[in-house]
Amino acid sequence: MSKLRLATLWLDGCSGCHMSLLDTDERLLELAAQMDIVYSPLVDTKQFPERVDVVCIEGAVSTEEDEARLRLVRQRSGLLIAMGDCAVTGNVPAMRNPLGAEAMLRAVYRESPVLAPQIPIEDLPRLHGHALPLHRFVPVDLFIPGCPPAADTLFAALAALIAGTADGLRLDTRFGA
Amino acid sequence: MQQITIEPVSRIEGHAAIRLFLDDAGRVRDARFQVNQFRGFERFAVGRPFFEMPTLTARTCGICPVSHELASAKACDQLLAVAIPPVAAKLRRLLNLAQLIQSHALSFFYLAAPDLLLGMDHPPESRNFFGLAAADPQFARDGIRLRQFGQQTIERLAGRRIHPSWVVPGGVDSPLAAPAREAMLAELPAIIALVRTHLERFKHSLDRHREHDRVFARFPSLFLGLANEAGTLEHYDGRLRFIDADGAPVADDFDPSAYQQAIGEAVEPWTYLKFPYYLPHGYPQGMYRVGPLARLNLAGRCGTELADRELALFRALEPGPVLGTFQAHYARLIEILYATEQIERLLAEPDILDRRVRAMAGVNNLEGVGIAEAPRGTLIHHYKVNEDGLVEWINLIIATGHNNLAMQRGILQAAQHFLDGTPPREGLLNRIEAVIRSFDPCLACSTHAVGTMPLTIDFVGSDGLLLDRLQR
Ligand code: SF4
Repeated sequence: MSKLRLATLWLDGCSGCHMSLLDTDERLLELAAQMDIVYSPLVDTKQFPERVDVVCIEGAVSTEEDEARLRLVRQRSGLLIAMGDCAVTGNVPAMRNPLGAEAMLRAVYRESPVLAPQIPIEDLPRLHGHALPLHRFVPVDLFIPGCPPAADTLFAALAALIAGTADGLRLDTRFGA
Repeated sequence: MQQITIEPVSRIEGHAAIRLFLDDAGRVRDARFQVNQFRGFERFAVGRPFFEMPTLTARTCGICPVSHELASAKACDQLLAVAIPPVAAKLRRLLNLAQLIQSHALSFFYLAAPDLLLGMDHPPESRNFFGLAAADPQFARDGIRLRQFGQQTIERLAGRRIHPSWVVPGGVDSPLAAPAREAMLAELPAIIALVRTHLERFKHSLDRHREHDRVFARFPSLFLGLANEAGTLEHYDGRLRFIDADGAPVADDFDPSAYQQAIGEAVEPWTYLKFPYYLPHGYPQGMYRVGPLARLNLAGRCGTELADRELALFRALEPGPVLGTFQAHYARLIEILYATEQIERLLAEPDILDRRVRAMAGVNNLEGVGIAEAPRGTLIHHYKVNEDGLVEWINLIIATGHNNLAMQRGILQAAQHFLDGTPPREGLLNRIEAVIRSFDPCLACSTHAVGTMPLTIDFVGSDGLLLDRLQR
């Protein structure tokens, strides 16, 4: 049997969910022996592969670019996992939602004491008005809440996927866990 | 004219792009390190109670949440106008040192080592931690163990590894338990031995990296860091000091609350990351660097036995401050060694299990500035609150931001060295990324992005029209 192809993607999150994945410590090598990590902030592949079996996504969707990215990744992935509260609910990035993107940018770049106040726009992805969770854009196959989900939880989920026992999987986690 | 875009820059903590601008003769004219996501904590924290700030601002970064919690809690201590119990300060220091270990281990073993050990020209498919683990399993396991020790120490003190809510305004939430202390002390000798092994190994490899050392952001600049009265390496408290490229202080050390008199911030239209600069020197001449390299350049000595021996060898690299950012890798390993020794020392303090760990008070000040040395450098949290303790204004100056000007200049230097007149190939472009990795930027903190673009090289005519495009 060929190895499972795993990708991990980082949208608008703090990297804490990726760090929690690393907190599997030595078990990370076990996972790596049983799946190919084909795309991730940890590896050098620049383009998302044509086909992956599983993708774990951290973070909310905050920009046009995040959204385009997510849609592409959905098309190319078998199973899509919303990893952590930001991906599941919007969580921290969504705290800007009541204010709107314009007011946020103005406050940070124009109304704070900086040299040559201006809102950066050149070659930069445009902010969506709201930061939203993944399932507002694409179907999500598995939600793993937690801020971040514990390393044991992430390991249990990936181990079940490798073993083919993920149907009806119950994970010991909750929002804010 | 030709533009080379490397996006996303991989194996860094965050997402960014590098854009290189070449003239028709293939000479590199300009280089930009572009950070393209925006988070805006400064704005959405407004209106929330100040006591939420340590755990809320921890969420700026999953790699160094502890630094944010500390800088935040120190700003909050000022709002309360309390002196925190002495043991609380020691416990906070312990937590900070543990984080220094895990973060430096991540940067060195997981992110940078694939370049250093497998080589800059190693095929990109396996030029990563997993490829490294296949080539040298013991090296990978040691890296995992060191990072794990840092994370476990955080867990033993604060209850969980990422985003603990143990650091609070006025101190910490609970005292250290005796069994946790014993467990840490029992593990330390093996951990110290491990760090020493890898420090030796790194020193022996330095010869192979002469060229990198010469062009990876090697130039005179100012350095900024915390300085204490003893003149030892400092990560938690003290005054701020700027030194110049000869190692001399450029002005008197100043209180962190006066940072606005020394540090200005500029905005450029092509990146979401601001550019802090040393105000008296203006922009962009006021470029300075922070982080492990700056701290070792700044400190009189480490203050622990083994690390001081290593610092002496580090100093012997060059006559004044070490000016090449490649050596930040070396500095990180020395700091890990220092942190393990210092943790051992703090755990041995007679009052470390003391149960009085928190000072309680209401709002007694409407403004507070908190500062800590995060793994990547000086971190500043500045809050203004109203009488009810609701936040009215926030400013955060993030470690990675301080290095923004130097990162720009560093990639320009390396790009001119490696690419002038040479057709770009993958391994050369990876060297430009490796310059950024030696700074160990944390863009989650500052803002961050995911690139949608692969590595592309656009050939643009002098009329601005796209002539050709290469992709990988
Ligand atoms: S869920 Fe929590 S840990 Fe994960 S990215 Fe969001 S803020 Fe960070």
